[in-house]
Amino acid sequence: MGLIGKSVIKAGGVERVTGKGTFVADIKLPGMVYCAVIRSPVARGDIIAIDDSSCNRVKGYLGLFTAKSIPGNNVIPIVFRDQPCFAAKRVNYHGEPIGVVAAESKAIAHTALNRIKVTVKELEGLIDPLKAWGHRKIKLYGDDNIFRHSKIRRGDVESAFRECEVIIEDTYTTPYQEHAYIEPQGMVANPLPDGTMEIYGSMQCPFYVREAVAEVLALPLSDVRVIQTSTGGGFGGKEDVPSLVACQAALPACLLKRPVKLIYERDEDMISMSKRHPSWIHYKSGATADGILRAIQAEYIIDGGAYSTLSPVVLFRGTVHSMGPYRCENVHIDSYAVATNKVPCGAFRGFGSPQILFAVESQMDRLAQGLKMDPAEFRRRNLLKTGDTTSFGQKLSWSVGAKETLEKVVEHSGWRNHIPESAGDKRIGYGLSTVFYGVGLGAGGKHLARTGARVMVEPDASVTFSVGTTDMGQGMQTVLAQVVAQELGLPFENIRMMPTDTSRVPDSGPTVASRATTMSGNALIIACEKPRDSILTEASILLKIEKHNVVIDEGIAFDRKDGRLKVTIKEIIKNCFGKRMPLTGDGWYNTPETSWDNETGIGEPYVTYAWASNIVKLAVDTQTGEVEVLKISSAHDVGKAINPAMVECQIEGGVIQGLGFALTEEMMADSKGKLLNPEFSTYIIPTASDVPEIEPIIVEHPYPDGPYGARGFGEQPLMGIAPAVANAVADAVGVRITDLPITAEKIWRALRAK
Amino acid sequence: MKIKFRLNGRLINADIPGGMRLIDLLREDFNLTGTREGCGKGECGACTVLLDGKPVNSCLVLAAQLKGRAMVTIEGLSDGDTLDPVQRAFLEATAVQCGFCSPGLILAAKSLLDKYPDPSEEQIKRAISGNLCRCTGYSKVFKAIKMASETHRNSK
Ligand code: FES
Ligand code: FES
Repeated sequence: MGLIGKSVIKAGGVERVTGKGTFVADIKLPGMVYCAVIRSPVARGDIIAIDDSSCNRVKGYLGLFTAKSIPGNNVIPIVFRDQPCFAAKRVNYHGEPIGVVAAESKAIAHTALNRIKVTVKELEGLIDPLKAWGHRKIKLYGDDNIFRHSKIRRGDVESAFRECEVIIEDTYTTPYQEHAYIEPQGMVANPLPDGTMEIYGSMQCPFYVREAVAEVLALPLSDVRVIQTSTGGGFGGKEDVPSLVACQAALPACLLKRPVKLIYERDEDMISMSKRHPSWIHYKSGATADGILRAIQAEYIIDGGAYSTLSPVVLFRGTVHSMGPYRCENVHIDSYAVATNKVPCGAFRGFGSPQILFAVESQMDRLAQGLKMDPAEFRRRNLLKTGDTTSFGQKLSWSVGAKETLEKVVEHSGWRNHIPESAGDKRIGYGLSTVFYGVGLGAGGKHLARTGARVMVEPDASVTFSVGTTDMGQGMQTVLAQVVAQELGLPFENIRMMPTDTSRVPDSGPTVASRATTMSGNALIIACEKPRDSILTEASILLKIEKHNVVIDEGIAFDRKDGRLKVTIKEIIKNCFGKRMPLTGDGWYNTPETSWDNETGIGEPYVTYAWASNIVKLAVDTQTGEVEVLKISSAHDVGKAINPAMVECQIEGGVIQGLGFALTEEMMADSKGKLLNPEFSTYIIPTASDVPEIEPIIVEHPYPDGPYGARGFGEQPLMGIAPAVANAVADAVGVRITDLPITAEKIWRALRAK
Repeated sequence: MKIKFRLNGRLINADIPGGMRLIDLLREDFNLTGTREGCGKGECGACTVLLDGKPVNSCLVLAAQLKGRAMVTIEGLSDGDTLDPVQRAFLEATAVQCGFCSPGLILAAKSLLDKYPDPSEEQIKRAISGNLCRCTGYSKVFKAIKMASETHRNSK
């Protein structure tokens, strides 16, 4: 397996370091028009008028486009169809789009935007999800303002709690987290003379964008072509919302018959794009004297915002992950996604699981403490292993590396070896978390769980391939090129990935849920079958050996039994072309079946799971409450690391994003639902100065259905950091923080209250 | 307003509208799109360029301030196809994910290494603390800068 497991240098990396990669903001087309989005000034209200009469004297102003201008349906289809492209009569959140202005330049578009007069009659809105739930008068969604209610019912919780030696019950809360990808959202819409529409932009899911644009412009899917440009980070924030941005550009483009560019300002992006759902969690769990997790009862509420968008599936994932990676036979979970008059929340690395895992893993430490047991030992006794059945009734037949990740971090971190290190006002603490992640869309997005790929070998032995999933920085392009090179026996440099484009492969679903490597990798292996067979056949003729004895690797074919007998693949491919043998292949991969019963929460929700453990070592200043993180060890079972350096970089990046979630990141809304800190100076993400020593550890328990044993894991590094930090703070100074972020002030107050 | 300045080594004479931002001059007039805009407010560092060797946020600088000065953008760092050691180190250390921040980080690192060829971990962190990266978690960026510093020293 020459190239698999090798840290080759990033495909397309040279363009990145020389500043050449084309991001959407770099696109210039002749006759390009610029637009700017008109947004609701209130959280809830009725639109009375949108008046652009004072713009008509602005030179270069091209017009106002609103819900009334839409030729098709005013809807952004996601899970349900409740979100409009532009609010028509009623606005439901502060910053909701109600139209766009178009102009000859960006500056003119912004001048026009400032002159537009929007008259809205403000109505009372629902800001607090706990009040919105079942509100008697104000109905935002259905009868009770609940987008989705999910459940898990297993065993008998009540009698199980009676057997417990220790029971811990508490409420946990987590705030909005902002993706803060460094490249803002943006799209270019380019109408072609034949009536079709091309869309270029920063996105994770070109097929979502295509569906939305087709719906809004009343075009058949065949007439919309979506091409992903280099994408400057996504983390879930470019999953569903780019559909909105694309439609905002496509509508004026279609009506003006000119290309339109729309790049979001940073504050506009932070105000109006999706975020991690704020959550409220009430969690009760109990363990018996021998250290067995016996019962879990929890209520998990997420604030969905004004439209359902991805909330139902975010809730699904959160619910599946609400028991952590442990065996537990008595479980009673109710989870709810609630409608409020705030910006719709959506996908963010972890997808509903980091919030609930903050509660799960805090509870695990508190149970261990109650039992006077080492938290690592308590987890050891309860962690799932191969052959076990999960709390939702799924038998895990293979590849459960949870325990190994735990042992690895314990070994590497100097776990709880803190006595000699405490000095002055500082106290050292260690905190542990063990988490898991269901890879792929699972039963929540079953109909989308397939993907296509295409491989084309050229006469000079260079190769292009296309997939329907996207690279937003995570490294998919490199890893997939490694897979293709390995399958065809060619050097890595020969392989080029084409930009992801809806016209190249069939609808392959979204690039989310850590699914790209597994799904597109498998589809590519299938796509390589035909060209690979041609290469092996021709090699066997040239080498005069049987086909099964031919080995191909890095541009050479040779005899398995006699390495001296060689021929270059270049020569083989030339011959194949001469003989008109097939050197192109298509691949289509469907995942094995998944299932979920929404009434009982029993089923096989995901095809496989990734596993991880983290240990955070930190120091707390007992005078100020300030936390200094010293070291984070983070071990992940990824099945197989196709490119270990990139796996490490994913771990480090996710850990730091998780550290932001733990310590500083908090998007705040005022009582009227307006977001208060939509900028990097007030929404604080980690900088280089905040980074402790990080030790990424790779564990490999191969996933039999994955390409070379690999499975996705890219979200997981973020997921367990916040509870590990909370546990470390508790270990250091004995105070338990249950609402994120864990600020110095909260610790200081808790220390004073002690 | 007519001004003269050096851009990536070339002497430029340009007529610049008064209120124009440096980043717009680079991206719109010179098509140097490696200078990226992440916030437009001096908060992310994606628009970093070197002005007389020092990193500045080009979204906060007026183009007119270029007068008589020498500027280097990411496009001016490599010599044809030969990458600068800092660029090469970023690739070899896997310090690039989406790459939107990379030009800014690389220029900030370049300026640091020109001044301190053998920087401490603290100096590295301080030098790039104005350049936000949301993907990599910075560890491999530190590694890249250390690698570049070694190449730099060994080549002397
Ligand atoms: S764009 Fe200049 S600092 Fe962010
Ligand atoms: S690599 Fe994506 S922001 Fe740095």
